[in-house]
Amino acid sequence: MRSLILALVLALSSPALAVQPDEILDDPALEARARALSVDLRCLVCRNESIDESNAPLARDLRLLVRERLVAGDSDHEVMEFIVARYGEYVLLRPLQTGSNWLLWAAGPVALVLGLGLAISYLRRRRPEAVADEVGGLDSVTYGNLTEEEKKRLDEILRG
Amino acid sequence: MIVELGHFALALAFAVAIVQTVVPLIGARKGWKAWMAVADPAATTQFYLIAFSFAALTYAFVVSDFSVQLVVSNSHTLKPMIYKISGVWGNHEGSLLLWVLILALFGACASWFGKGLPPSMRATVLSVQGAVGVAFIAFTLFTSNPFTRMDIAPMDGRDLNPLLQDPGLAFHPPFLYLGYVGLSMTFAFAVAALIEGRVDAAWGRWVRPWTLAAWVFLTIGIALGSWWAYYELGWGGFWFWDPVENASFMPWLISTALLHSAIVVEKRESLKSWTILLAILAFGFSLIGTFIVRSGIITSVHAFANDPERGVFILLIFAFFTGGALTLYAARAHILEAKGVFSMVSREASLVMNNVLLAVSSFVVFIGTIWPLIAEMAFDRKLSVGPPFFDAAFTPFVVAIAILLPLGAMMPWKRAQIGRTFVPLRGVLILAVAAGALAFAMQTGRSALGPVGLALGIWVVGGAIADLYNRAGRDGLTARLGRMMRMPRADWGKATAHSGLGITVFAVAGLLAWEAEDIRTVPIGASFEVDGYSITLLDVREVQGPNYDSIMADLRVQRGAQDFMLHPEKRVYPAAGMPTTEAAIDYGFWRDVYLVIGDEQDDGSWTVRSYIKPFANWLWAGCIIMSLGGLLSLTDRRYRVAAGARKLPAGTPAE
Repeated sequence: MRSLILALVLALSSPALAVQPDEILDDPALEARARALSVDLRCLVCRNESIDESNAPLARDLRLLVRERLVAGDSDHEVMEFIVARYGEYVLLRPLQTGSNWLLWAAGPVALVLGLGLAISYLRRRRPEAVADEVGGLDSVTYGNLTEEEKKRLDEILRG
Repeated sequence: MIVELGHFALALAFAVAIVQTVVPLIGARKGWKAWMAVADPAATTQFYLIAFSFAALTYAFVVSDFSVQLVVSNSHTLKPMIYKISGVWGNHEGSLLLWVLILALFGACASWFGKGLPPSMRATVLSVQGAVGVAFIAFTLFTSNPFTRMDIAPMDGRDLNPLLQDPGLAFHPPFLYLGYVGLSMTFAFAVAALIEGRVDAAWGRWVRPWTLAAWVFLTIGIALGSWWAYYELGWGGFWFWDPVENASFMPWLISTALLHSAIVVEKRESLKSWTILLAILAFGFSLIGTFIVRSGIITSVHAFANDPERGVFILLIFAFFTGGALTLYAARAHILEAKGVFSMVSREASLVMNNVLLAVSSFVVFIGTIWPLIAEMAFDRKLSVGPPFFDAAFTPFVVAIAILLPLGAMMPWKRAQIGRTFVPLRGVLILAVAAGALAFAMQTGRSALGPVGLALGIWVVGGAIADLYNRAGRDGLTARLGRMMRMPRADWGKATAHSGLGITVFAVAGLLAWEAEDIRTVPIGASFEVDGYSITLLDVREVQGPNYDSIMADLRVQRGAQDFMLHPEKRVYPAAGMPTTEAAIDYGFWRDVYLVIGDEQDDGSWTVRSYIKPFANWLWAGCIIMSLGGLLSLTDRRYRVAAGARKLPAGTPAE
């Protein structure tokens, strides 16, 4: 179920959408940088929207602020630092790779390595050479511990 | 009166669900046939009672009975009939009743179609399903009663949220719930298997259709929601990595993994305990999803009911079922010994890889979704995890899956050789790389996203076709085609679903990489160019809708022989006092032209946003093709045989 709250947010703001024409900078290169930065910045009064998408007046203020800093000659990094200093880490949609956040960023790769390790050890144990000693003959491989009646039924199904 | 009867039927269903939980379980443990047999009539009765209850609530919406609180908050006399009906589930209480209805429907289906199951297994499955029913009916009755009456009935209702008055969204929740709740069936089978202590090929065969059905519904539900976001939110975004979207995506990823590991159980009697674990996790994730949507604990664009009391209740349900099942798993999983034997390079091994990638990618989505919560509680950092993180962390898994898929899908069971498996794919690889390189050369100076997506898409789709073609023998084309037509539907389902994935992967990459955007103010009568399209703003006028006022623009779009009109709107729904933006979209095979009208400026010109979105339709077409593949597999004859529907003549070839 989507969007009851989103709708409420929309209701409270004007229906105008995201970046307005009067915000756009004349220099296309600067504007492109501004757009790229906007995607990574959170609209603070919205629920999980970037300022690039948001209609809220505060998002517009932030968009203008980003452009102001860019026109003043800040690098992308300096703009972000400026905004984080003002609004806190919460404003960043791409979490910083510092401190405890390493847990977040490393979680995927570490889980993948672990998963692959487990999978490979499992696969090694299932190799014919490794299993040969464990099972007692072909019959138990095919039927396991089914009863006679169930074996017949299984054969029927497999033949069908 | 009818409303009270509906309420009463729900209370009765609660009692029946308790009986369905307790009696068959005891019967199955003690071997008492009569007690086990209670499960069937109980499941059927429970379904009919809840169906009546749901019909009663729907009736209240249809006749606009404003003495019912829920109808007042979510309906209006002027609303079109279809949205009066969809208003039933466009809110927390009603959607919960729909959830419970679908739960009972699945339980009843297990009873109606599960005649081939051993009696004790069926009794246990229905008992577990009944237990889930008890929990959710209690939740509905005690915290979210949809039948609450008003003290004084108002003259008219407060209208359904206008964003929800939309065909895409009217059917999005039912499909999603069919998916979520369908996973309760696999959960019930997993728990029953642990209690009964047996997981074998037959078990795999019983479970797979339920997983497939749930997965098909989940796929359609997610695609509908994504499509709705695309045309309704006004800038053509289709996926936001919002917690609530992730809540539906995680069960999808896990159930996709489950779908594949159940094949190994069914055909090779391996991966049993892992499959059981996945079945528990898949339903666990759909409960987490319910919790996220209905507790408001994580800020989301589309949260539902932000009520801590309800949140706690769902958390308890989650803790009981997932915790209980995992405890049972820990105690009993060791008795599920593997049977199959296979080498490190084989179909089994490739399906294990598929499961590792899907499970880990789902874990990445999970940790990203709950990280703001962990960071705040454990490290006192208030932070956000947004799309940039998920794009960076999730995309590599999609790429890895797409690269490995065609090769893994063609490997023979037990023992394979990579070199020999690769032979039929040589042509596909050359084609994919060549197309990617060509796209890269043509697009000059853009990111590699588009070309890589194109190459992956061709690799996956081509691989699926090569697989079918290769399996059709060594004879001439007509003989091969003839054999292909006679292949089991499951093979066609596999190829179709995999092709759908390839198309979706390509469409996402192509759309993001090659989209054109233009934002400007336009005086009436003026023209402008976007990506080769000439767009003219002819007029902006006021229009009266059935329950809204609209400002509508007339825009003419021309390019070569193409010449058409588009009418984007801004609407205000007076009853809800809410404005919405209605984008106008010209859907095309190669591209969508997506126009949005904004505010009027002081000088009388209007803000116009134009987007040219290449391959947008391919995205949802890919999802539909994926679910079509699932449906094809679902109709494979071995499930009809396994369901014990009828006896088939011997001698028909096994797959």
